[in-house]
Amino acid sequence: MATEVSRPTSRRAPRQQIGLIEWLRKNLFSTWYNAIITVILLYLIFQTVTSFVAWMVTAPGWPAAFTNIKLLLTWTYPVEQLWRPQAAMALVLLLLGLSSGLWGGIVRMVAFGAAAVSVLLGFVAFTFPDLPGQTSLPGWLFMFLCAGLLVGGDQAARWIGVKLRWPLIVAWLLSYPAVILILRGGLGLPIVETKLWGGLILTLILAISGIVLSFPLGVLLALGRRSSLPVIRIFCVLYIELIRGVPLVTVLFMGALLLPLFLPGGESIDALVRAIVAVTLFSAAYLAENVRGGLQSIPKGQIEAARALGLNVVQTTLLITLPQALRAVVPVLVGQFIALFKDTSLVVIIGLVDLLGAAQNIVGQPEWLGTPGGVWRETFLVIAAIYWVFSFTMSRISKRIEDQIARSRH
Amino acid sequence: MAAGSPPLPSGKVTIPFYRDTRIIAIIVQIVFAIAVAALLWYLYSNMMNGLRQANLLPTFAFLSVPSGFPIAESVIPYDPSMTYGRAFVVGILNTVRVAGIGIILATILGLILGIARLSDNWLLRNVALVYVEIVRNVPLLLQLIFWFSLTRLFPRIQESIDVGGLLFLHNRGVTLAWPQAANDFDVWMVWVYGGIVVGIVYYVVRRIQFARRDRPGVALPQALLIAFGIALIGFFTTYFAYGSWPVSLSIPELQRFNFVGGITVTNSFAALLVGLVIYTAVFIGEIVRSGILAVSKGQREAARALGLTPGQTMRLVILPQALRVIIPPLTSQYLNLTKNSSLAVAVAYPDLFYVANTINNQTGQAVPVILMLMASYLSVSLLTSLFMNWYNRRIQLVER
Amino acid sequence: MRKQMILVLAGLLSLVLAACGGQAQQAPTTAPAQPATTAPEQPTAAPPASPAPTAAPAATSAPAGGTPAQPAAGGLIERILARGTLICGVNNNPLPGFSSVDAAGVRAGFDVDFCRAIAAALFDDPNKVEYRPLSAQERFTALQTGEIDVLIRNSTWTLGRDGNLGLDWAPTTFYDGQGMMVRKDSGINTLEDMNGATICVQTGTTTELNLADQFRARGLTFTPVVFPDGDATRAAYDAGQCDGFTTDKSGLVSSLTLLSNPADHKILEVTMSKEPLGPAVKQGDPQWFDAVRWIVFATFQAEEYGITSKNVDEFLKSDVPEIRRFLGIEGDLAKGIGLPNDFAVRIIRHVGNYAEIYDRNLGPNTPFNLPRGLNALYTNGGLLYSPPFR
Repeated sequence: MATEVSRPTSRRAPRQQIGLIEWLRKNLFSTWYNAIITVILLYLIFQTVTSFVAWMVTAPGWPAAFTNIKLLLTWTYPVEQLWRPQAAMALVLLLLGLSSGLWGGIVRMVAFGAAAVSVLLGFVAFTFPDLPGQTSLPGWLFMFLCAGLLVGGDQAARWIGVKLRWPLIVAWLLSYPAVILILRGGLGLPIVETKLWGGLILTLILAISGIVLSFPLGVLLALGRRSSLPVIRIFCVLYIELIRGVPLVTVLFMGALLLPLFLPGGESIDALVRAIVAVTLFSAAYLAENVRGGLQSIPKGQIEAARALGLNVVQTTLLITLPQALRAVVPVLVGQFIALFKDTSLVVIIGLVDLLGAAQNIVGQPEWLGTPGGVWRETFLVIAAIYWVFSFTMSRISKRIEDQIARSRH
Repeated sequence: MAAGSPPLPSGKVTIPFYRDTRIIAIIVQIVFAIAVAALLWYLYSNMMNGLRQANLLPTFAFLSVPSGFPIAESVIPYDPSMTYGRAFVVGILNTVRVAGIGIILATILGLILGIARLSDNWLLRNVALVYVEIVRNVPLLLQLIFWFSLTRLFPRIQESIDVGGLLFLHNRGVTLAWPQAANDFDVWMVWVYGGIVVGIVYYVVRRIQFARRDRPGVALPQALLIAFGIALIGFFTTYFAYGSWPVSLSIPELQRFNFVGGITVTNSFAALLVGLVIYTAVFIGEIVRSGILAVSKGQREAARALGLTPGQTMRLVILPQALRVIIPPLTSQYLNLTKNSSLAVAVAYPDLFYVANTINNQTGQAVPVILMLMASYLSVSLLTSLFMNWYNRRIQLVER
Repeated sequence: MRKQMILVLAGLLSLVLAACGGQAQQAPTTAPAQPATTAPEQPTAAPPASPAPTAAPAATSAPAGGTPAQPAAGGLIERILARGTLICGVNNNPLPGFSSVDAAGVRAGFDVDFCRAIAAALFDDPNKVEYRPLSAQERFTALQTGEIDVLIRNSTWTLGRDGNLGLDWAPTTFYDGQGMMVRKDSGINTLEDMNGATICVQTGTTTELNLADQFRARGLTFTPVVFPDGDATRAAYDAGQCDGFTTDKSGLVSSLTLLSNPADHKILEVTMSKEPLGPAVKQGDPQWFDAVRWIVFATFQAEEYGITSKNVDEFLKSDVPEIRRFLGIEGDLAKGIGLPNDFAVRIIRHVGNYAEIYDRNLGPNTPFNLPRGLNALYTNGGLLYSPPFR
């Protein structure tokens, strides 16, 4: 009973019972042109679906994506170290499970969704046990374990209760460096060079790093842009508009070419670090604009009331305006994360091998030369599906949060 | 507005109490400015040191040196004996070309999509929804590579798909018949220019008249009609006077390697354009949809009560009002499309980014090239938003 | 919004002007190759992101029998030894015979063997190499920014690159020339047959520039289809999107094996350019440049003496002074270039002489079976000639 799932309790308008024929007439054949549109669309849908299914069944290139699933997910991450991405994933899922038990609501929805997907993937992995890149822990077992962590974490957190709140928040804050540490090594773990990273892991790391690291910078820029001090304001405006006026590829290009020059000495900077810096600088400008939108939505009365209570400027910002603004922009930030998640595919252009890069490499493998028409359709379809599942899920979550905020306002 | 809340930049300068905000504000700003300047100077001097060691000091001298590299397609005449500067301009124009055409097509498709999403036809509404959900959740770069790979499935140029002898589809693009200036083209052009001048004069005169009478009025359609009419009359007059049409149709003919005549849209350009249009149209469609939804329901009901058909209601009542809400977000989508065209490098279309990349590679002048690249994108962005702001103001004016 | 954009533009403009101004002031100093460029670089701590040495560097750099290497303080050799691995830039696209990765993930090829030779000379272990796959467009930047120590990625030595890009080329390891591949059924036999053709070429390469020059010189027109990626270029040609595909002849031979139907294609006789391919290093560290240069010479010299990986131990017993000097048994010649005295022995033992490297990757027992041609010793009518080791 620690949490309560908020559900709309308002009653819906009584539903009219209408027959199928009536529904069809009303929704598909209401006018003569609607009828024509319906018929044409039905024909097109039929054509598309049948030819697509026929192609799916006969396409020769599916092995390209599935035998290379290890490359797609982790690229050249050493096989004997694959337990580390698994451990990192388990850690994050455990935290998610605990949060689900503590906060419920949307978090629980996400956690149980993830658990369901894990179970599903576990069955798939169980069915095809011979895929290359196997770790000591079989894939199916790992996926079931993930589901177990999610559900178990949920139950445990419910049992422990609110005591867990602060430890969990701290754990989330530490999870980013912890995951990086696990993946890269150090403190006794053997180092796995970032040049070996790639595939979906790289995509996720770039997107998450981008949003996490750009957050403080973006908030500062947003506050700076609303500052009454002209020098600071002009600097922030210049920065934000400069970055927003150019494409991400030019920023990545700049990161790749100029960043090494900006630092003294001749030693190299890791290519991944350069990409992360570029993505962070880029993302911060957009994040600043989103946060500014949130700040503008705070009624002036809030600030005046805070000042009247004797809070100074810093206190007002940190305690009153910023928390409200950030709460209001959570859905927008999720939207930005989705955009970043998709945009990280551009790092292909500066030579990093993310999910898309891995797919392109697989398509170019000599063993598929004999396949008529190549294997690009199948491979790209698989990674498109991966991208799609991630961003569609996140956009749904964002929509939910938005609805919830809107409801809590009224 | 935020006059009383000057937030401090960071923890660097913290003053626990304050008596004179103005002095503190000035100190904070000076410290901030010095910090920023010092940082920039530090980065700049490091960069110059590094470049000096590598014997690569930045210079713009390369711009007047012959480039030596070919560019696949260009709006203006270009060959490798021309300068790097020219090559850069070719890149800018190629970006403008794909962005310009892309913006027009994406707007049309977006409008259709936005209206389809609100259709009372259940099937149409949901097909549009599926399209939106698929396209916007997959990275654009992946979509571009997909479209580009798709062009490989077309037959080789020797076995082109022939559509009526006027249009040929092959794996290097689409070749189609295209009008071409004939002998007496110049004569007709005199008519065309005359028509344009008369049209402009008519438009200006009508505008002045409207302004004098202080009444609203429409002059543009008539002006266009006049200009077009004069050009059309000239077209036929030229034919009767000289016995041949001033414009002929250039029919593509397959020579040994490629088509000669007509125009060929390369597969790179086509893939980039299709990808950008399909992707951007989704976002424009959502903007159009919310713009239409923003028009109050009463407007629609009133229009229907006056006896307007649904089509008329949309065209005459809803869209003009929705436009006001639509324009600002639409501008940022246009800018997005322009910026996204920099992904052309993945489909071998020589846009600005692609050409700049090649120039950097041939000359090693990273710093000047990046500065020029960013300045160009900023200018294109600036011009687009200036135009859209102007248009936005016009819309508001007509609205009264 | 508009005001802000103008501000941004103004800011950018001032940056451009600043860069111009900077250039104007420094222009005179760029002209001569001043000795300042040879000044030792600032020894700096490695940035946190750079790979931490995993193995104990001191142990690996201790030579087996020779005198210890004496790298200049703060020089690149010292940094490489401290790091424990050589970072070698290679081709990102598979170029069988020169650089490709086999199914087991092992990188092999002619270029790769020279990376291994350098590592063998430095560490007495040819496997202490970290390969950094690079595209044609990134390769020189990677070298300039110090991301890699040496670039061995079938890169042509030209005056422009040597001068303007701030690089130095070690001796040519492979004399190549640009060729053209066409379909057999196209009826093309010479370049003159290709007027109006569409030609696939990779951007950021000398081939891109040569192609334009060659066609211009012959008064022919062509449509370029230019890709930033070698794989994409080959795939476009394979799909019939171009009539011709041009790159170095060695690259064509190797690409031929990757086409979906190699028998349908042929390589024209014509050689469009000189393409001397060799290792490149960043300008400004003469000792490192010398080391790479003499490592390459050592492979030539070993072939000239007939020393191979098999018989090197017998030669160690030789009493011919020349050979004793070459193998580092007598004198301490290699000290001056920061290498251990027995570097030639290490190279020959682990990687072999030039002939062994060539035959292993491109010779008669490989699918390519490339004749030595210009890549033979000067004594056999080729261009390989090593200055004396004395």
